[in-house]
Amino acid sequence: MGKKILLANDHIEGIRFLDTYRKHGGYASLEKALKSMTPEQIVEEVKTSGLRGRGGAGFPTGMKWSFLAKPEGVPRYVVCNADESEPGTFKDRYLMERIPHLLIEGMILSSYALGAKTSYIYIRGEYFYVARILEQAIDEAYAAGLLGKNILNSGFDLDLHVQIGAGAYICGEETALLESLEGKRGNPRIKPPFPAIAGLYGCPTVVNNVETIAAVVPIVNEGGAAYAAIGVGNSKGTKLISASGHINKPGVYEIELGVPVEEFIYSDEYCGGIRNGKKLKAVVAGGSSVPILPTELILNTAAGEPRLMSYESLGDGGFATGTMLGSGGFIVMDEDTSIVKNLYTFARFYHHESCGQCSPCREGTGWMEKILHKILHGHGTLADVDLLWDIQSKIEGKTICPLGEAAAWPVAAAIRHFRKEFEDFIRNGEHVNDVKHYYRLNNLTAPIN
Amino acid sequence: MSEKTILKFSDETAAIAKKIVARYPEGRHKSALIPLLHLAQAEFDGWLSVPAMDCVAEFLSIQPIEAYEVASFYSMFNLKPVGKCTLEVCRTSSCWLNGAEDIVRHLEKKLGIKEGQTTADGMFTLKTVECLGSCGTAPMLQCGGDYYENLTLEKTDKLVDSLRAEGKARVYTNDNPVNID
Ligand SMILES: Cc1cc2nc3c(=O)[nH]c(=O)nc-3n(C[C@H](O)[C@H](O)[C@H](O)COP(=O)(O)O)c2cc1C
Ligand code: SF4
Ligand code: FES
Repeated sequence: MGKKILLANDHIEGIRFLDTYRKHGGYASLEKALKSMTPEQIVEEVKTSGLRGRGGAGFPTGMKWSFLAKPEGVPRYVVCNADESEPGTFKDRYLMERIPHLLIEGMILSSYALGAKTSYIYIRGEYFYVARILEQAIDEAYAAGLLGKNILNSGFDLDLHVQIGAGAYICGEETALLESLEGKRGNPRIKPPFPAIAGLYGCPTVVNNVETIAAVVPIVNEGGAAYAAIGVGNSKGTKLISASGHINKPGVYEIELGVPVEEFIYSDEYCGGIRNGKKLKAVVAGGSSVPILPTELILNTAAGEPRLMSYESLGDGGFATGTMLGSGGFIVMDEDTSIVKNLYTFARFYHHESCGQCSPCREGTGWMEKILHKILHGHGTLADVDLLWDIQSKIEGKTICPLGEAAAWPVAAAIRHFRKEFEDFIRNGEHVNDVKHYYRLNNLTAPIN
Repeated sequence: MSEKTILKFSDETAAIAKKIVARYPEGRHKSALIPLLHLAQAEFDGWLSVPAMDCVAEFLSIQPIEAYEVASFYSMFNLKPVGKCTLEVCRTSSCWLNGAEDIVRHLEKKLGIKEGQTTADGMFTLKTVECLGSCGTAPMLQCGGDYYENLTLEKTDKLVDSLRAEGKARVYTNDNPVNID
């Protein structure tokens, strides 16, 4: 059994409520921090822990925190990114819905460490009921003197608010999120300046993912060194993985970084193997934006080493033979999956979500969707595969924010590893999967109609 | 419309809106725009007409265009009338791998409408949407404030029937406690 830190208590009944959360050690970190630690000491512990941002990019959190500008008389903000819209990712929802106080405790700790007096949790609009759960938990925390003025008699004041979005993947990008929080369209800002210098309302701001902020709680409680002792290489601690697709046990799993991918897919502790005894075909390991890998490359690196669930190991081989841990959205596809169709759903997604500010992204995502649509409907030509490749190669590095790249990478990887399947699809068409699904959903064994 | 329709928040909604505005620093009340557009959409029949957006702009003392440009950016805001229940089926990867397309086709057949349309009785609108963060319990759809997960055709039928009997989708207002599991 791997060590669980964030989800150790997730199955305890009533853990969503303050009493139960406190009974199981909740808010002990906060008491410790406010009674015995300076803000600087907390930042140091986070640095020592080696914690990296869990929202996708994996940027070292301690370093990000130390970049925060601290001009006199200017407010600073901590903003939690709970936009969670990367296809394949649902871990933040799980954490907030089950243990809202873990995030709230993390927000208070982070705000204390960074000197924020008002903080916001920006949550995607579709998670409205989760926002309500958070707000109820926040009310409990205020009533117990854990938020508001003079928290636990420490002299530290903090107001914490939940802000709901309204359906826009791009608002997960941190500067788009800040625009949205200011009541505007979610158009990413040109950087620099980075939010650490000029973020919310032009003030220094730290934006961190839900899971990152939650991880601050055990880091303060047990010390950064204890956290850093878990994991492998520069992948410290635990990571929440959202596992979905053709597996026996989809769900959110907390893993110690470094678990072999093969174990993660096949062991009963995690995904429990491929459904219906099918063979594995491919995995998208870190949310829709990261390169898809075929079986042989997801289980082992090109050098033949077992692939591990860590930033380094998943990245081994670069994009030629590797991928990324990303947000931990782990989508598993069995032997019957059409890579072309799956890619089409991604291409449609990115086209739908492009904010439209940059031509390569706005036009490129549109063209990629159109071409895949054409292939899917039996009108593709072999030249279309090259055209797709050409378009995706013209987006990377030419846009304001990384959505453009996030749209290009899945296309590139699908063609890189599954070109033959595209060509077969174009030559022969492929309609098998629809029929199969219809049987499964109807619990039918024989064809109908 | 020849005469300009003017909409106003109910006292109850206005009170909630005031509380929301108080969350932001002095002079930053525009931050309340998205939450208030949600309130307006809930209060004014599930969509944002021009008068509904004007009501929000007026409340926040901002230009109407500032409300329009935001409302048109975000996919949860309906700029046209919708049915009492909007069925939003996720169409992205994990849901698709698990048969979301079949759910959509099935709903189209059952409701006698195409994706994007509303039934003649104004009861249902059928939409497809992008990943709703429910990929581990795919296929799924959202209706009002609720997620319906691990769908089968049978479960989908039951859901439609119960929504029809209920006459409306459940929405969570800012003062309505959520009870899950
Ligand atoms: C298009 C796009 C979407 C993103 N969506 C999310 C998201 O939903 N949640 C998230 O935490 N980070 C998301 N990010 C990453 C954020 O920009 C940012 O790096 C992150 O919130 C930083 O927090 P972390 O360091 O704790 O990961 C997204 C980035 C891009 C470019
Ligand atoms: S890359 Fe795409 S999403 Fe990002 S700013 Fe440019 S157009 Fe908008
Ligand atoms: S893919 Fe449907 S909820 Fe994520």
